[in-house]
Amino acid sequence: MDIDLMLRVYPFFIEAAWVTIQLSVLTTVLGLACGTLGAMARMSRLLVFRMIGAVYVSVFRGTPALIQLFILYFGGPQIGLQLDAFTAGVIGLGVNIGAYMTETIRGAIIAIDKGQTEAARTVGMSRVQTMRYVILPQAARLMIRPLGVNINALIKGTALVAAISVIELTYTAQRFIGSTYKPFEMFLISGALYMIIIYATGRGIAWLDRKAQIV
Amino acid sequence: MSLDFTVIPPFIGVILMGALWTIAITAASAVLSFFGGIVFAVVALYAPWVIRLPFRAFAWLFMGTPLLLQLFLIYFGLVQIGIDLPAFAAGVIGLGLHFAVYNSELIQTSILAVDKGQMEAARTIGLSRSQALRKVVIPQAVRDVIPPIGNNMIALLKDSALVSVIGVSELTLSAQLAIGRTYRPFEFYVLAAVVYYIINLGMEAVQRRIERRIKAAR
Repeated sequence: MDIDLMLRVYPFFIEAAWVTIQLSVLTTVLGLACGTLGAMARMSRLLVFRMIGAVYVSVFRGTPALIQLFILYFGGPQIGLQLDAFTAGVIGLGVNIGAYMTETIRGAIIAIDKGQTEAARTVGMSRVQTMRYVILPQAARLMIRPLGVNINALIKGTALVAAISVIELTYTAQRFIGSTYKPFEMFLISGALYMIIIYATGRGIAWLDRKAQIV
Repeated sequence: MSLDFTVIPPFIGVILMGALWTIAITAASAVLSFFGGIVFAVVALYAPWVIRLPFRAFAWLFMGTPLLLQLFLIYFGLVQIGIDLPAFAAGVIGLGLHFAVYNSELIQTSILAVDKGQMEAARTIGLSRSQALRKVVIPQAVRDVIPPIGNNMIALLKDSALVSVIGVSELTLSAQLAIGRTYRPFEFYVLAAVVYYIINLGMEAVQRRIERRIKAAR
């Protein structure tokens, strides 16, 4: 193992790790937004919205994220949508993970006992009020852990944007493997950084989960 | 530049060939990840610690890093130690090992959930520990874990697109080939997405059938 080389190149990886973190954070925010909208659509009273939600989930979970990214980044200009690689990466990954989050959020909401809705409606709350004051606060607690699983997958998923040349961790590893022919060393550095990001995120989510529980 | 889907017909053959390779690589990786998952699960639960601990480290590393990075490691890393595998084989090993680790986690839980009485009964009638595992415990554990493994296999299909990056000429790379000739990325990537979606629907249908049969068998 070439420790000297690893010491020489690791600053490039640290810089790249920041890009991976930025990608992860922005993608999480967009994913949560899409997931919330998607869940609302899937549970709407209107058939049109329910269908849009179902198609969104089915299409985005049924095709590879890499292809979705390519359609957006390489195909976008053909329909007048010119994005730089980083923005395309965030939008592509965010909308993709949003489809998975839709199901997570919907799952947490339907897990809340029906009696809660009935009781809230009986005391005179509207449908929106019931959702806002009774169902969502309870469902939010249930969804932290499964959303954490989505976010864990999303962080590893950010590696895909290497394929559209965003200079993040995997792209940097790939570039240095090409120039040094030391794949194992480059894997160790970038792998360690991914593990740190994922471990820290996992701890954060576990903390949030503990905080959110009533008892 | 506007959209023009009439560029597609001359490349239908190329795309279908790519789809066949995608199915082949998914099937080969699925088989590797299934049996690899069983072996990994047994190692993680029953091997002596000198084997178990390095294995835990390996599993931990594979679950905490992106598949794309692992594919680079396997494809270029094997060359570094003098093994020059064709891209297809490297792709199958990479996808297979990655999903074997995930399957192994499922199978471990499932093995532990098999009633202890099963092992005791098997030992009482004279089976050795490894016989009891192989013939009594593992078959039951595997049966229970088939539905979630099915979900992993459907994820594997979609992740198989990644091996285009190391040069396996499956569906994604075939689309890229057509794009190289026509400069029509939107049309061909959408076409590839449609083909993936169809294969995905097919796999979901198979999964539902298998689940029904398991339910009926129980």
